[in-house]
Amino acid sequence: MTDARTETEPVAVPGEAARPKVGLADRDGFLAWAMLLPSVVYIAALVGVPFLLAVAFAFSDVTTGDPSFDFVGFRNFTAVFDDGVFWRALRNTLVFTLASMALIVVFGKILANILVAEFRGKWFVRFLVLLPWTTPVSLSTISWLWFLDSIYSPVDWVLRHLGLIDGNVVWLGRPGTAMASVIAVQTWRLTPLAAVIVMAGLVAIPRDVDEAARIDGAGFWRRMFEVTIPLTLPVIAVAGLFGAIMTFTDMTVPFVLTRGGPTHSTDVLASWAYFRGIEGGDVGQGAAIALFLFPLLLAGAVAILRAVRRLEAG
Amino acid sequence: MSEVAALRRKYARRHVAARVGVYGSAVLAALVCALPFLWSAVSAFKQNQDLYNPESNPFYFNKPATPDHVKFLFRDTPFLTFVGNTLIVGAAVVAITLALALPAAYSLARLDRPWGTPMGIAIFMVYLVPPSLLFLSLTRVVVWLRLEDTLWSMIVVYPTITVPVSVWLLIGFLKAVPKDVEEQAMVDGHSRLGAFFRAVLPLVFPGVVAVVVFSFTLTASEFVYALAFVSASPEMVVSTGVPTQLVRGDVFFWQSLQAATVVTAVPIAFLFNLFLDRFVTGFTMGAVKT
Repeated sequence: MTDARTETEPVAVPGEAARPKVGLADRDGFLAWAMLLPSVVYIAALVGVPFLLAVAFAFSDVTTGDPSFDFVGFRNFTAVFDDGVFWRALRNTLVFTLASMALIVVFGKILANILVAEFRGKWFVRFLVLLPWTTPVSLSTISWLWFLDSIYSPVDWVLRHLGLIDGNVVWLGRPGTAMASVIAVQTWRLTPLAAVIVMAGLVAIPRDVDEAARIDGAGFWRRMFEVTIPLTLPVIAVAGLFGAIMTFTDMTVPFVLTRGGPTHSTDVLASWAYFRGIEGGDVGQGAAIALFLFPLLLAGAVAILRAVRRLEAG
Repeated sequence: MSEVAALRRKYARRHVAARVGVYGSAVLAALVCALPFLWSAVSAFKQNQDLYNPESNPFYFNKPATPDHVKFLFRDTPFLTFVGNTLIVGAAVVAITLALALPAAYSLARLDRPWGTPMGIAIFMVYLVPPSLLFLSLTRVVVWLRLEDTLWSMIVVYPTITVPVSVWLLIGFLKAVPKDVEEQAMVDGHSRLGAFFRAVLPLVFPGVVAVVVFSFTLTASEFVYALAFVSASPEMVVSTGVPTQLVRGDVFFWQSLQAATVVTAVPIAFLFNLFLDRFVTGFTMGAVKT
């Protein structure tokens, strides 16, 4: 990278200066900055500044009622650590993320394989398959809220009529099933996204590789595990990491489905930060909780980058 | 001879089995994904006595269907206001996104600066910074700007979500345009900027459409910011208005809620499906060629 710069710059600059009547609209160096700058300024102002502000808030006593800023050191962090709910939320976040991610990757891969196959009515199937992802989460979760209702749940109705259960399961009212429900809904809604990403990778596999394997007599499963999956592994990794980051930082599904309950058994870091920071009004503590998302997020981002790099190399 | 016939039969059987497998799994996938919506569509037209009876079959009408609850949704709830707000916010955000992302993507894709690639990666990383990390401080910023409880709060903040991913998608589309196109336009006497507007932009139009659809979908789905910034019903959008305002205390207007979900879900998925192939190509191009 540095070599290229030292080589091109001395040549390019006199070249541009020597050209007669070069308007601003023709100078690449100026244009490159001028066209990029609005986006950079905008992002710096509304992502960079709020991020620094979030860090500052975590060390302050700002509340929604009293927004004046006073530095309080690590008081918010000690208060957060002393609260058992925080540790519960942290553990829930990890369980929620890891379980959803694993399921999203497996189902996303299967779904992508279905969607690249040729069959009649594919357009309509694709439309139905996209529904969970494209519908605003807060709305599709409402559908699920009723699907898992304590009295009228159709899931329970089917299970009752199959003779598998006697009473109702009360999916959202018990810690174990509530967590399972939240994971199921998250998996259901992000699987189409993972499938679309994996599809992009499947489409990019050169046809002749697959055909060569077919001619060599490799069957469907053999080709799947020895050709397709190794070749698309980086894309699958990207899909999985996207799923992980979106799950890890998301609070919509737990918020609408269970509001963190019963007794915090489905509270995640993001929803706990919301309840503390917005509904509880303690902005400082909320910010301290949300800040815990950052290191793990950074690790995820670096992992995505690595996977993309391998994608380029391959 | 008979060996060839047996082999042929074996392959024919295999072919049939493969087709059955494809159709079977396609139908299963469609059902799993769409079941809650199909079932919502049925429930929306049910009478109360039918819906609120644990013994009645939830999958068909045990009593005659009624359009009352759907009518109620449109006439007696602010649902249409929410839809209007969503469209206004969506249109404004899409316009801002294009105005910021198109030049930025062109700069990164074409005006080969040494900082192009790292800058592209940095912008993509911003896409991964989640609302849940920023909503508390952004809420304070929105209050300082005196935008709380207005549509403007969302119009100003949402492009932070849409711009990075749009830049990423557009870089892919721009790199697919041959360089000769601009060079020819520049030989014809246009400036670099003029060449971008007159020659390149029409060619990346499919990419622009993809970005419009994608940005609008992201905007319509956003929940955390909308929830934190706006608490006044007339300024709410569909994603927050429906779950918070159509639920009064513990009383849910179930049929109306189901109708709202279906009415919102179907057009967005329809639009998205039209452009799915473009996202798939755009995503790979952006990833592979940067």
